[in-house]
Amino acid sequence: MHDTRGRWMEFAIEALIRVLGISTIGIVLLIFAFLLREGLPVFFQVPLTNFLDVRWYPTFGMFGALPLLLGSAFVTFTAIAIALPLGVATAVFVREVAPNWAREILKPLIEVLAGIPSVVLGFFGMTFIAPRVREILGAPTGLTAFTGALVLAYMSLPTIISVAEDALDAVPKSYRDAGLAIGATQWQTIWRVVVPAARSGIVTAVMLGMGRAIGETMAVMMVTGNAARMPLTLDSFFRPVRTMTATIAAEMGEVAKGSVHYRALFAIGILLFVVTFFINLTAARAIFTKRRRGGLR
Amino acid sequence: MRGDTKSGKRNTELGIRNTESEERKTENVMMSGEMVLNPKIRIENVSYAYNGVLALKDITLDVPACAITVFLGPAGGGKTTLLRLINRLNDLVENTQMRGRILLDGQDIYAPEVDVPSLRRRVGMVFALPLPLPGTIRENVLYGPKLAGIKERTRLEEILVRSLQQAALWDEVKDRLDDPANRLSGGQQQRLCIARSLALEPEVLLLDEPTSGLDPISTAKVEESLYQLKRSYTIVLVPHSVQQAARVADYAAFFLMGELVEHQPGKALFTAPRDKRTEDYVTGRFG
Repeated sequence: MHDTRGRWMEFAIEALIRVLGISTIGIVLLIFAFLLREGLPVFFQVPLTNFLDVRWYPTFGMFGALPLLLGSAFVTFTAIAIALPLGVATAVFVREVAPNWAREILKPLIEVLAGIPSVVLGFFGMTFIAPRVREILGAPTGLTAFTGALVLAYMSLPTIISVAEDALDAVPKSYRDAGLAIGATQWQTIWRVVVPAARSGIVTAVMLGMGRAIGETMAVMMVTGNAARMPLTLDSFFRPVRTMTATIAAEMGEVAKGSVHYRALFAIGILLFVVTFFINLTAARAIFTKRRRGGLR
Repeated sequence: MRGDTKSGKRNTELGIRNTESEERKTENVMMSGEMVLNPKIRIENVSYAYNGVLALKDITLDVPACAITVFLGPAGGGKTTLLRLINRLNDLVENTQMRGRILLDGQDIYAPEVDVPSLRRRVGMVFALPLPLPGTIRENVLYGPKLAGIKERTRLEEILVRSLQQAALWDEVKDRLDDPANRLSGGQQQRLCIARSLALEPEVLLLDEPTSGLDPISTAKVEESLYQLKRSYTIVLVPHSVQQAARVADYAAFFLMGELVEHQPGKALFTAPRDKRTEDYVTGRFG
């Protein structure tokens, strides 16, 4: 009696876990299908040349998504260029240099950084960073690609630091001994032995940081000025720029459902999804190759 | 005729006995702390503790040049700790206390003016697990020399060939020097690590169970290269078995629970140990 009931419970719980697990994947697929359904028709309504044009004026039927794509890429790469050295250096400091007690304080603090709501950072960027960018760097407006990159860099730092720190932590202690034993200083050992050994983990860290940066909406919308222009010249750093995410967020509320503009925004959503997917895929691949090569050696 | 032969033989026997007793005498001298002439490394009254727990208790020991000295004994005896002290690898370990002195060519290696990286270039170390650094075979061997500031191509090439030959690895890798080092087999990786230490032309080579993860054939190759190397290097080896210790030891020191129980020329320690505990260990009664 008890036994059959136990077996039934076992079956029910197993089934529940299976349903939950599969539904996570299922929901992702459904979202993607929904994106495709809403977005794909635009390619039949608007010629591709229009879509690849450099002007985004939806009210005049111009749906050039290039400035938005480049805007996102521009801000993201600038942000990563700022965050990568800072993040890796911080991770090295926390893991390799800082004494134990300092590490105990720093690690949770860095994790707290990740919890700051992006709108708060956007607010901070708007009222504090933007005026300084305008005054110190002499830009016509403080709401620039560079301001956005600064805020995004700060937002992706916690991810980069904690993942890179884990990667450094996973490097066996014996590697450090081996480095020291051939006459390297502590710094040379870190730079030429430990960091290269953790390379795949650091790549993952950067990729995850990038994924976070490119998908970020609120903070970016608040500080980049949102002018859909091509960021091709060098002074684009200090000019407004508009990202894909900001475009969708800003315009989605105002379009008529089912209109060409509405579908164009969804098409941008598809683009964003694909880009993010590939970034995460690269990150995952780095993780998997590391695991395959891993083990005690 | 027959008588002559006999007496000749007896003479030889006596001769052997004489040398043996002479050996005894020298080793007695050494044991009583009077030391070998010009030891390469002199360890003087070294005690060492991790978090207040003693790992080494008042060790005094001389390591002669151009010979293989083995540190043997059961696990936890302090052998590895002593090795790591000789090239100051334990400097970065927190909460440790050390007393006593370690002299290399008469110089205190813990003196404040000692440059630790250059000390470690003079005293190379090979670890129990083969640890190729990230990169190719060539990069692994030349890591140290490059850090030491050697830049000329021909000089580096020379070092590469010499170290790999000395480690008995050259023939196996000469055609694939630019392959990733972690593609080598375990035995090859360990010899690569030996080559990496030799690339710095150290005076002393410390080996901590270098063959513990290796198959018998690779072990034989590593031991073979040790025989070659002892002509020009001072070698300190923590063997992975008593048999290995007996095969390679010119001098042997037996450690038990942080104490140096006995230190003698290898042959004597294995055939006529002075201490009961040494005898029990080398005859396999405990271990």
